[in-house]
Amino acid sequence: MMAFTLWDIVRNLLLAARWTVVLAVVAFAGGALLGMAVLMMRVSRHRWQRRLAWAFIELFQGTPLLMQLFLTFFGLSLAGIDVPAWVAAGSALILWSAAFLAEIWRGCVESINRGQWEASASLAMGYVQQMRYVVLPQALRIAVAPTVGFAVQIVKSTALTSIIGFTELSKASTIITNATFNPFTVYGVAALIYFALCWPLSRASLRLERRLNAPHRH
Amino acid sequence: MAYKFDFLSIADYTPVLVKGLGVTVELIAVGAVAGVAIGIAAAWARTEGPRALRPFVTAYVELIRNTPFLIQLFFIFFGLPALGVQLGEMQAACLAMAVNLGAYSAEIIRAGIAATPRGQYEAGASLAMTRLEVFRHIVLKPALARIWPALSSQIVIVMLGSAVCSQIAAEDLSFAANFIQSRNFRAFEVYIVTTVIYLLLAILLRQLLRLLGQRMFRRAPR
Repeated sequence: MMAFTLWDIVRNLLLAARWTVVLAVVAFAGGALLGMAVLMMRVSRHRWQRRLAWAFIELFQGTPLLMQLFLTFFGLSLAGIDVPAWVAAGSALILWSAAFLAEIWRGCVESINRGQWEASASLAMGYVQQMRYVVLPQALRIAVAPTVGFAVQIVKSTALTSIIGFTELSKASTIITNATFNPFTVYGVAALIYFALCWPLSRASLRLERRLNAPHRH
Repeated sequence: MAYKFDFLSIADYTPVLVKGLGVTVELIAVGAVAGVAIGIAAAWARTEGPRALRPFVTAYVELIRNTPFLIQLFFIFFGLPALGVQLGEMQAACLAMAVNLGAYSAEIIRAGIAATPRGQYEAGASLAMTRLEVFRHIVLKPALARIWPALSSQIVIVMLGSAVCSQIAAEDLSFAANFIQSRNFRAFEVYIVTTVIYLLLAILLRQLLRLLGQRMFRRAPR
């Protein structure tokens, strides 16, 4: 049997953590793009668009991410695409985070005073212009803090992709545990690495919330 | 390519799904009650409790909120035996859910407590109540009423997260799905059916919590 020192465990876990970071970045970027599209539909003036976006959000927020991962993993392969685990993991996480981001941002858009819409309408702006020049710039400001906060959820959720066989931090932990029979240390170190990734984001979210909300503070 | 859906092939396994559903409901019930209890205790410790206790509670909340549930579950189930704490898979799953929800609800409940007007404390003090009595009889209920919607969504999120417990062989709904899938190879159908059950469960749980909130906080001040 090969002997693992603590340093071996830490080094291997850190190497695997790269994939956690890559996956989180992909999920965040893709989720933000798709989420923006869903948001536009969710606050659109067309009823069927709103309904469709609502159904999308309800579906992805109301079911376990694990099931979504299984469905993309098996579903895509049924569509004739031979899916590597990372494609399934990436697509599921993008869809999932899009649903959450769209809903977070909807709250921000709706918190913009109705008067802003009316004022820009009185300047003969069309819906798209109102959105583009008046509402979104203000909503984005409010959205920064909760969006950074949600990034923490994304990093943590990448752990689930280990279950469909994507080798990131959690999967590596399981593999190393099986080799070292030392789950206490391995999962402990893994937890610390996740913490090191997530905690700064949590702090940043909190600080941004305080800073950007300054005008609304009582 | 043409894929023929065959949902009937799952019908034979209905008892397995029902059993899994039962375990999932059990997990939520235990996890939610114990989790909210931990949350109230932790929120109390962070706002009113002895100062010496606060760093530990803060560490607990931050550590749990910034690590994945899956790792917490594995640590409790596989890691704790190293300390001589050997738990069955259901015990480990319930404990992990309670500890997880405890940390999140602590933050939510704390926000509710922080919104209590100072006058309420003073009014309590003027009735010769101790600080603990003020907390129990005056602060807690309106605080819970204020944050009930947020707490409800967190409970639903934790319920959905319970699907992961199948990974330590807790025989919940997702465990049933994996089991059926390994028997009849109808992965797509099985996971669609299970996902729909989870969705219905989430909708049901949300309604249930809403009704519960209405009953509990009917006369509570906003």
